[in-house]
Amino acid sequence: MKSFARLYADLDATTSTNRKVAAMSEYFTSATPADAAWAVYFLAGGRPKRLIPVRRLAAWAMEESQVPEWLFEESYHAVGDLAETIALVLPERVIPDDAPPVGEVPLHEWVERRILPLGEMTEAEQRDAVLAAWRELSGTERYIWNKLITGAFRVGVSEQLVVRALSRASGVEEGVIAHRIGGHWVPTAEGFAALVASDAADADESRPYPFYLAYALEEELPALGEPTEWQAEWKWDGIRAQVIRRGGRTYIWSRGGELVTDRFPELVAAAEKLPDGTALDGEIMPWMKGTALPFAQLQRRIGRKKLGPKILAEVPVALVTYDLLELAGRDLRNEPLVERRRLLDTLLADVSTWPDQTFIPSPIVHVASWDDAVAAQASSRERRAEGLMLKRRDSVYGVGRRKGSWWKWKVQPFSVDAVMIYAQPGHGRRALLHTDYTFAVRDGDALVPFAKAYSGLTDAEIRTLDAWIRRHTLEKFGPVRHVEPVQVFELAFEGIQRSPRHKSGVAVRFPRIARWRTDKPVSEIDTIDTLRALIRAHE
Amino acid sequence: MLTVTQSGLYCPAADFYIDPWSPVDRAVITHAHGDHARWGSRRYLASRAGERVLRTRLGPEANIELVDYGEPVNINGVNVSLIPAGHILGSAQVRIEHRGEVWVVSGDYKTEPDPTCAPFEAERCHTFITESTFGLPIYTWRPQRETFDELLGWWRDNAAEGRASVVCGYALGKAQRILAGVLGNEIGPVYTHGAVERLTQDYRDAGVELPATTAVAALPKGTRFAGSLIVAPPSAAGSTWLRRFGDHSTAFASGWMRVRGARRRRALDRGFVLSDHVDWPSLMATIDATGAECVWVTHGYREPVARYLEERGLRTSTIASQWEGEGEGEDDTGVATGEEETS
Repeated sequence: MKSFARLYADLDATTSTNRKVAAMSEYFTSATPADAAWAVYFLAGGRPKRLIPVRRLAAWAMEESQVPEWLFEESYHAVGDLAETIALVLPERVIPDDAPPVGEVPLHEWVERRILPLGEMTEAEQRDAVLAAWRELSGTERYIWNKLITGAFRVGVSEQLVVRALSRASGVEEGVIAHRIGGHWVPTAEGFAALVASDAADADESRPYPFYLAYALEEELPALGEPTEWQAEWKWDGIRAQVIRRGGRTYIWSRGGELVTDRFPELVAAAEKLPDGTALDGEIMPWMKGTALPFAQLQRRIGRKKLGPKILAEVPVALVTYDLLELAGRDLRNEPLVERRRLLDTLLADVSTWPDQTFIPSPIVHVASWDDAVAAQASSRERRAEGLMLKRRDSVYGVGRRKGSWWKWKVQPFSVDAVMIYAQPGHGRRALLHTDYTFAVRDGDALVPFAKAYSGLTDAEIRTLDAWIRRHTLEKFGPVRHVEPVQVFELAFEGIQRSPRHKSGVAVRFPRIARWRTDKPVSEIDTIDTLRALIRAHE
Repeated sequence: MLTVTQSGLYCPAADFYIDPWSPVDRAVITHAHGDHARWGSRRYLASRAGERVLRTRLGPEANIELVDYGEPVNINGVNVSLIPAGHILGSAQVRIEHRGEVWVVSGDYKTEPDPTCAPFEAERCHTFITESTFGLPIYTWRPQRETFDELLGWWRDNAAEGRASVVCGYALGKAQRILAGVLGNEIGPVYTHGAVERLTQDYRDAGVELPATTAVAALPKGTRFAGSLIVAPPSAAGSTWLRRFGDHSTAFASGWMRVRGARRRRALDRGFVLSDHVDWPSLMATIDATGAECVWVTHGYREPVARYLEERGLRTSTIASQWEGEGEGEDDTGVATGEEETS
């Protein structure tokens, strides 16, 4: 566990992707395959089943440390993380100088002998096992133990970075490892050996093409030349993905390089009708009766580990398809866009005969002049699109982000001026500062809260604001401070809709702070009527 | 015996203030940190051990009466003496005795040994006024040898990979404690930020043994920093001043580094848990050792500490210091920075 704790500390201490990959790669090289397997499992977000609720741990920690509950809660407010608070209030382990050195207990033994059996134990047995572990461990190890047994272990690395580190440690190509890690592998020594095995025949079949990405449009439209040279499509706000059909199997890859096949059973079912050797590129959208649902609906689905029939019925998805990269096993990427699109339309032509419109060609927006484009772009919110895509008709499907032939042209976000009325400390990295704010608009003489935002300020602004908050608190409710309504901010958000669940009657999507309006008095903030007008305008 | 006024703690019987927040006629100073030793008072009383650092802070014109630790001074019939507080060089607790009643004002203190200053002495008293900077049970310090071993290991690894090691800590006290902690283990040359160098020289003049240091500003152009240790104030973290060191690793030495969020937010490579304040167990042990029945709590987690003591049968009171909030304060540049370990 010590070297895994060291790896955790190294990953936690740096924000540099390179250093993270280097630290993991070093660990994978030096650890035994059995330990490396569990490290991969946890770093990539794996969680053992049947875990202990963290509040139960907290109760045992209070007993063990003889810290009264109210003082534990005070400590929790200062730390911002329950598992960490527990690790810190427990008495420090003191090792006498003359104690014999203890050999390291390997990670896989901790997991297999001490953590996994917890699921089969009675509460009393769990308590004994947990207290014993706390007494043996110290510092970071104790923190990691708490995180692992409560199923909350996470460190700032994505599965993609783990894949990169495994690739560096083994010399096996990233795509091959991503394929293997996305399938069903078990965290054992053999499982790890299979992950990094050099024979890659198994992975070729699933491999996606590198995604071609657009740049944000920065020039005036006429600078692009003639509108007839361009194809316009809606810019969908979903999950960019490739659907691959090869060897009688289907693979769905997200743009982040993750294999997400399991998440979209309706796409998998429909893909059985695709001929072998097909690669589609498009946007996975929540889609019902021919129209897009709000992105928030898709988020409900993404958040779930298990997809029940209810959620599948409420939020069906479609692949709004805009490109065809492979047909009958032939790589089409060097064909011009118009040709790829023609082949795509032919392929999907019998879409109406498919039961539930699962693969939909992304509609082409008719743009005869740049004025048409401006009008179309302005109407994109009506279709739950976030703007227009402009693609050169003769463009090839490139690699990565290239300037020139594909542009994304997003509509401006909504924005209103609002006043901060509540503040509370953040979690994790921001636990000691007030970083979570609630904002209100005016409703006659009253202020109605309508949005919370956590981001958009610089670290320096956060510190200044934190100091102001501490000095201008009207009331405290636990960690939440009701502050004087003085500080005005311009809030930007992507969408707005009616919501009976909110006091204000409105819900906004992805609110964030655009600017701190120190120049604006609270008398000049927007009103609830402004928000209602925005809803009406986009319904 | 003492009351809290607009200018801070005041002794009406003898007409003096302790660490006043604004200019007064007579100020008794616990130690030279900026939020305790303020400019502008007519007369100061302070420990002889801290003379040099206090002069550096208050300027040559300040009228300072110096006393040895334990040497009684009679101020208008009240018996005042200074007791070592173990916080930084010259730091003192103020013991006040009048008509058989004894009060002790702790100032800032720690009970761990520190080669750069006289060790803390617990003094029996009726009323004890204690700081509470780290007054929560999550703040428990590991033995400092472990922290210094960690720091030396970090320096060694950086040196092996051709990097400079920049450690930030409060310029008065923490910086010198770090220097004393690496004495005899120098892995490469030791350089200092200007704010640190001057105070470090004050420490040496006062007889504290420290490794040889050179101010970065005094180095010839083109000096290579790979393998060196650079001791800098917290304000240097994230500043352009660091660019000159080329490839380097940054660290912060402070009690706040005990909490992951505080470490992460600074975006530094390492956080070393090293404090010049008492941790929770030592705070409780010290209050116990004073035998005080009444405890006033100031500077830090006042409310939780007071409530905890109340539940143990002590009478308590909390004093709002001028610096509001948890661990908020100023660093060497005098700029409020959120949560530096002050004083």
